[in-house]
Amino acid sequence: MKQIYVGLTGNEAVATAFKQARPHVAPAFPITPQTEMMHKFADFVADGVVDTEMILVESEHSAMSAAIGSAATGARTFTATSSAGFALMWEVVYIAASLRLPICMPVVNRALSGNINIHNDHSDAMGGRDAGWIQLWCENTQEAYDHALMCWRIAEHKDVRLPVMINYDGFIISHTAESLHILPDEDAWKFVGPKDLKAGYSLLDMDRPITVGPLDLTDYYFEHKVSQIEALKRAPKYIAEVYKEFGQLTGRHYSFFEEYRTDDADLVIVALGSTAGTAKDVIDAQREKGVKVGLLKIHMFRPFPAAELAKALSKAKVVGVMDKSASFGGWGGPLFNEIRSALYDLPARPKIHNWIYGLGGRDTDTKQIVSLIEQLQAIAKGREAETVNLLGVRL
Amino acid sequence: MAVVNLQTLSKNEDLLTGGHRACAGCTGSNILRQIMLTAGRDTVVGGATGCMEVVTTIFPYTAWKTPFIHTAFENCAATISGAETAYRALKKSGELPVPRERINFIAFGGDGGTYDIGLQSLSGAMERGHNMLYVCYDNEAYMNTGIQRSGATPFGAHTSTAPAGKVKQGKDRHRKDLTKIMVAHNIPYVAQTTPFHWKDLQMKVRKALDVDGPAFINILMPCTVGWGFDPALGIELSKMATDCNFWPLFEVENGEYKLTYKPKADRTPIEEWLKQQVRFKHLFKPGNEHLIVEIQRWVDDEQRKLLKLCGEA
Repeated sequence: MKQIYVGLTGNEAVATAFKQARPHVAPAFPITPQTEMMHKFADFVADGVVDTEMILVESEHSAMSAAIGSAATGARTFTATSSAGFALMWEVVYIAASLRLPICMPVVNRALSGNINIHNDHSDAMGGRDAGWIQLWCENTQEAYDHALMCWRIAEHKDVRLPVMINYDGFIISHTAESLHILPDEDAWKFVGPKDLKAGYSLLDMDRPITVGPLDLTDYYFEHKVSQIEALKRAPKYIAEVYKEFGQLTGRHYSFFEEYRTDDADLVIVALGSTAGTAKDVIDAQREKGVKVGLLKIHMFRPFPAAELAKALSKAKVVGVMDKSASFGGWGGPLFNEIRSALYDLPARPKIHNWIYGLGGRDTDTKQIVSLIEQLQAIAKGREAETVNLLGVRL
Repeated sequence: MAVVNLQTLSKNEDLLTGGHRACAGCTGSNILRQIMLTAGRDTVVGGATGCMEVVTTIFPYTAWKTPFIHTAFENCAATISGAETAYRALKKSGELPVPRERINFIAFGGDGGTYDIGLQSLSGAMERGHNMLYVCYDNEAYMNTGIQRSGATPFGAHTSTAPAGKVKQGKDRHRKDLTKIMVAHNIPYVAQTTPFHWKDLQMKVRKALDVDGPAFINILMPCTVGWGFDPALGIELSKMATDCNFWPLFEVENGEYKLTYKPKADRTPIEEWLKQQVRFKHLFKPGNEHLIVEIQRWVDDEQRKLLKLCGEA
């Protein structure tokens, strides 16, 4: 298929993909660095390029509440947020998943307050990792665009019916223009397809009235939670199917995680988001020097592909997990804890260490990744090291 | 001109079934049934977390014969604004599940969910101009969570968070005037009513649903548990609240105030209403006379202001 080669920021690319998915309704509230995505989408609406009804709400809490009201009718619905905005909508983020509504939402990752900081880290989305949403993570503008198209197919699949969060790093991806391939509008539409309004229930089916969100106490709540757990367990199968179909269409092949030069790697770095791009460059340079290092970049953090990750990391000697968020009072970051737990049942486990890095948008340069690899090498040679470490901070 | 009469209403379908779990003597279910008699089947209802949401739904049961949605406490107006927008979008694209030229969207919340925690989302939805009616059933405290003080609780009332004790005499401030706050949104229709005045209530619901744009109705809902009165007297207490001018009945159409029930010139003294309710019992202890005087002063002041707005002064 012929694709179009363009230069767009991450926000522009995601707005373009959403325009191509022709959503019915989009509640929106501004927060940096997500704002530019909604500006771009509002331009499409103002120019009549897309027929979406925007609801310019007075808070993120209302953005997600309105998204729920809309999605409960069967309308294709998205909103977007970052940081404190995500924290404000937290309560209703859980409700969207509990009601099994296929809302799509970019979380343009930004540090949580306080103190207030507009730059990138992953503390916002990591706080919502147990909310019942599918969480997909992107390394660059191309991946953000691709996932913003694929998310609809995943969320709306009749055996999934779950909201999807697309994570991409604030400013680093959202505001940086990169070259990428986009699909022509008609091909994108052919891939996404119309929302099947006949599937499932609709709040607007006046002939078949339903009650949404009733009181649900000790006798049924638990079973309802189990049905959510089961839906998330089913999701990977369909995510894999959508990845495969998209790969056949575009030549861009995705999987739950990307393995970069890990085949013979003794040392493996695990990361989310744009840091993976920096790490790949450093790994290339280190490989030139004969260091057997690779990268495992996670796309699908929820549901967490524990068995596949354990298999992929089983051959490594040392695994260094990079967390761009802190778990205050916990033992290491959230990604580290999940990876370490996933590897626990292996007959022979690699050593697993954690590096908390980049909080509040602290730049993560190649030198920091080099230093991390040097530490992994030393650990591989038997040097004692802390389990949980910091990277790029002044002490 | 909207018309409601008993003959027509008596033939309308009751869209809130019996068997729900409201307290004996609850006037809230009466209010909801009255609203639904006028609104009819083609109505999507949203409920904020609160008494009426809790008593009308418990999985796997529902008392609602129309579509109903509840999400949380503070966001009923936002939730319904999303459904109303989706209705317009799907109507435009020809994708409605069943064709309907018009669907009513009604959001309701108690005073906690409306005066207080839900005020922001209500204000936003009204300002955005959604074609929806928001109904506040105002029972003057957080009854669902155990009778805590709200922004609607009247001066002197005993609540579980502002109780009458040895040194304090219940709430030490008058309530905020939510109805006027809604008038300040310059929406086409705002009104205040009670379940006793059924014709007034249903006429207002009819008008509110007929306007193009947002509407708000504030309905006083005597609560047998929270106010402390004989469960048989709820509707009577809603009448007395109007007769003593504590809860005047009026409407504001496109900014024009109009009294819809003219109280008698010799209004009932506020004590008559207060003394029916356990929450005001402490006001009748020796030494607290000045508190009743203060409530009467406030009622008279508010009534004077309202009559002026209605051109009745």
